[in-house]
Amino acid sequence: MKEAATILIVDDEPHIRRLLHGTLTRADYRVSEAGSARQALAEIEASPPDVVLLDLGLPDRDGLELLPLIQHKSKAAVLVVSAREATDEKVAALDLGAIDYVTKPFDTEELLARVRVALRSRRVAEDGKSLIEAGDVAIDLVQRRIHRRGEEVHLTPKEFTVVAELARFPGRVITHEKLLAAVWPRDYERHIEYLRVIVRNIRQKLEDDPASPSVIVNELGVGYRLMGVAS
Amino acid sequence: MSASDDRPDPDALLRQAEQEARGTLKVFLGAAPGVGKTYEMLSEGAARERAGTDVVIGVVETHGRVETEALVVGHEVIPRKAIDYQGRKLAEMDLDAILARKPQLVLVDELAHTNAPECRHPKRYQDVEELLAAGIDVYSTINIQHIESLNDVVASFTRVRVRETIPDRILEQAEIEVVDIPPDELIERLKDGKVYVPDEAARALSHFFSKSNLSALRELALRRAAQAVDAQMLDYVRAHALAGNWAGGERIVVAVSELAGADGLVRTAKRIADTLRAPWTAVHIETPRTRTLGEDDRKRLAATLNLASQLGASVTTVPAMSVIEGLTAFAVEARATQLVVGKSVRSRWFEMRHGSVVDRLVRDTSGIAIHVLPMDDPAPIQQRARKPRPGSWGARSDYLWALLMVAAVTGFGSGLSYVHANLGNIALLYLLPVMVAASLFGLRAGLFAGLLSSLAYNFFFLPPTGTLTINNPENVVTIFVLLGVAFVTSQFAARTRAQADLAQSSARANAALAGFLGQLTQTTGEEELAQAICGEIGRIFDVRTVLLTDSPDGPQVRAANPAEDRLDTIERAAVSWVLERGVPAGRGSDTLTASDWLFYPLRSASQTLAAIGMSRDDGSEPVTSDQLPLLMNLLDQAALAIERARLTDDMRDMAQLKERDRLRAALLSSVSHDLRTPLTAILAAATELRRDPAPQTIDTIEAEAQRLNRFVANLLDMARVEAGALKLNIEPVDLADAIASAVHDTRRALDGHAIELGVAPDLPLVRVDPQLFHHILINLLDNAGRYAEPGTPILIQGERAPGSLMLSVMDQGPGLPPGRERDLFETFRRIEGSDRKQSGTGLGLAIVKGFAEAQGLTVEAANRGTPVGARFTIRFPEAALVTGIEE
Repeated sequence: MKEAATILIVDDEPHIRRLLHGTLTRADYRVSEAGSARQALAEIEASPPDVVLLDLGLPDRDGLELLPLIQHKSKAAVLVVSAREATDEKVAALDLGAIDYVTKPFDTEELLARVRVALRSRRVAEDGKSLIEAGDVAIDLVQRRIHRRGEEVHLTPKEFTVVAELARFPGRVITHEKLLAAVWPRDYERHIEYLRVIVRNIRQKLEDDPASPSVIVNELGVGYRLMGVAS
Repeated sequence: MSASDDRPDPDALLRQAEQEARGTLKVFLGAAPGVGKTYEMLSEGAARERAGTDVVIGVVETHGRVETEALVVGHEVIPRKAIDYQGRKLAEMDLDAILARKPQLVLVDELAHTNAPECRHPKRYQDVEELLAAGIDVYSTINIQHIESLNDVVASFTRVRVRETIPDRILEQAEIEVVDIPPDELIERLKDGKVYVPDEAARALSHFFSKSNLSALRELALRRAAQAVDAQMLDYVRAHALAGNWAGGERIVVAVSELAGADGLVRTAKRIADTLRAPWTAVHIETPRTRTLGEDDRKRLAATLNLASQLGASVTTVPAMSVIEGLTAFAVEARATQLVVGKSVRSRWFEMRHGSVVDRLVRDTSGIAIHVLPMDDPAPIQQRARKPRPGSWGARSDYLWALLMVAAVTGFGSGLSYVHANLGNIALLYLLPVMVAASLFGLRAGLFAGLLSSLAYNFFFLPPTGTLTINNPENVVTIFVLLGVAFVTSQFAARTRAQADLAQSSARANAALAGFLGQLTQTTGEEELAQAICGEIGRIFDVRTVLLTDSPDGPQVRAANPAEDRLDTIERAAVSWVLERGVPAGRGSDTLTASDWLFYPLRSASQTLAAIGMSRDDGSEPVTSDQLPLLMNLLDQAALAIERARLTDDMRDMAQLKERDRLRAALLSSVSHDLRTPLTAILAAATELRRDPAPQTIDTIEAEAQRLNRFVANLLDMARVEAGALKLNIEPVDLADAIASAVHDTRRALDGHAIELGVAPDLPLVRVDPQLFHHILINLLDNAGRYAEPGTPILIQGERAPGSLMLSVMDQGPGLPPGRERDLFETFRRIEGSDRKQSGTGLGLAIVKGFAEAQGLTVEAANRGTPVGARFTIRFPEAALVTGIEE
């Protein structure tokens, strides 16, 4: 039905490139590789990829600097794959336009899932899809309605704003900052605790077990993502 | 003397060691101007330069002599610094330029020169000392009459007294080369105009350059040089404990007073001590009389004591009722063998009344040789005698009281005479005002009352009454008795009062000392101690204080009283000076006198520990000379206390260092084991895979790699905890989120264990660093997974308790050994005695504790009741909870 997506692996470590190459090829993606920032830009020029797996520790340039350049040259979704695990690095990468962040060592299955999310969110952004299904929950962005197992669930306007913000890019992590800005557009002093409470209330209404959430999942110190959306 | 043991004397060794790091001083010593010292110094400097030494000229006076000037050419000369002083242009040696240039050897002419007031040091020899301390060798010149201890001697036969002198200790550190020419030749040179003589000295010239004078000076110079060699030899002998024949057991004591000429005594004592190579002490006996001294006398006394200390004496002040008493007691106590005293010029009358001090000394001290020297320069004594001592005449009101009392007794007596009391009794009545006046107001008021009484007695009571004539000669006796009583009573009263004063003042000093020590011993740690020292010294002397210690970034204020204190550049310089040299600086000292502050060193036996600064708000001298002995005493005690505090700290540091070493060793062995085990498994599995790609082998690789990954993460975390470099990023966190993330990340380690959640949905948010908290949970879950029996569930429970929130992770396993719960959280601790093979360094729980404490949380470990197992609880204090949030 669809033509194979192209994925560019940017990593200075040949072993990692080889491993990812094998994994992605088996998952029916077309794969290209680059060992440095310079090579990566050349490769993007030559054959624009759909997704870039970007390592931050490159020999000639820091990955965080490369990120805006990639975005400037192509519409590829950038997925950062790095051994750096500090929260502020993650937030910085997301703020610079990365679609997600996977820390090394990664779980191969999880990485593939994130790649799928990256590809899909590109499509969603392009299609302007208005009905999203996450597990038992159906979200209608146009009608501003939410159904769980066929029954309508009532959310407050703020709760709906958060869900809608997450549903716009299903499976992608949305930072606290973005969510807060969506709920309180004019408020400068944004307190995460209010957001936490809103999310907690949403979970009460949408989750089977609010204590162990599976629809709205927390990304440690970074943000939330909407899970359970079929690829 | 303990130095006479064949043991190396540590002080002597120290002096030698100090010498080795310092530059060396060579002094060209001449008997008189014109012998060619400068010429000799320059020639030798030139020779050193040819031999490859880096030589510069700091300052040389050629006095226009051609052959000398020829030698200057070819040397690098550091330009002098021009100083404008009261309209006169002075050119002084540029000390800083030389220090910056840092040659190996610098030539500095005329060591005894006095610098212009703008300079850092008043004297050139102090500049030289700084050069030496900076490791620069110095060649310098000096004439014999400029040496402190010989100043008097030279003046006595040449009748020319020079004001510029250098302390003897400078020469004692120096190598001395005597530049010598026969007197006849020198006189010849003088006639040829080859000797430079300053104008002001020209008039004394003919006398000074007589042959006999020159011979005497020459002999002095040669003897002094020989003595210096002797002293250096002695140091060497002491340092190496060679059996030497230095005089054993000699000890010189010199008694100094405020009288002019006491400095001469000190110099003499120094010479005696040098000859005998004996230690010597300058002692001042503080009697009631010395309390009434004027400011000039006190200053002179302080200067004399200072001189003694500069010449190498130890200095003490002893309170006593009389000089003889104090001196005798001290001499015996100090086991003196020789006593140097001055004989003041006193009237014969005084000696008849008091007896000669010297006679009594000789009588009271047996076995001590006594040197009695005349005190020259009696003029200041007479001057002092003429000056009335304050308070000796007493207040006018004292005499008025005496008059009133006499009047009252007269009135009372005339009343009595009506009842036929006899005359003798009335005379006795008059004793009353006399004794009262004498004991309360002193001798003069007493005599006044006595005179008044006898007049009144005579006039009102002795027949013929109403006149001042006396019929009966017996009554004359009565008048004399009255006067005599006045005299004796006042003497006794004065003595008692003086004694009380003295006792009071030494009680005050003792109380100050005791209070000071009490304060110091109550402190813990150096900071608190420094504050206590500042507070106490400030209180006792009523000054502002500041205490500084050295640090790599220069002197640091450690304590101050009052707290605020800005120190200017000049104060900073003074502090550096004090810390470096261990000598006082600032106001009232020799160095950097323009400062408002006076800084004293706090010295231990081997080093300067700190500097304490004192100043007054009104800018007056912070410490007067009579307070000095007490201050010295307090500073000694303070230095001891600081040293003790530092030693205690050092010992604690040492213990910590040892513990850290032990941990490091444990870590190393543990790390190498825990890294190698999974690596070995992975390598073996990989090899196995080549032959037979079985899924179990792949599982092994995966599991071991996971283990390795966890372990490396833990090592990195631990390094962050130990380095104290945890950067906290606190934000409100929903425990449900935190637990879900942790469970997700440990799903492989917890394979086979169900996770049971007992967390109420309405628990408050907690304020934590999400990343660190995540690691806490991961480690607790990991730990639970490792110890839980296979197949048993792991329970995570969150409960609200009064004032806190508790999150527990519980497993069903062997539980914890009772009594060891606390040890668990120490680095590298693993439960022993379990027969199950466990992996992991035991870093996990240490990380839990480190991360928890960094965020203000506490962790506890305990055993569960039923089912059996371990329970780890994180306690969030109320402050870490976010309550009252409503949408």
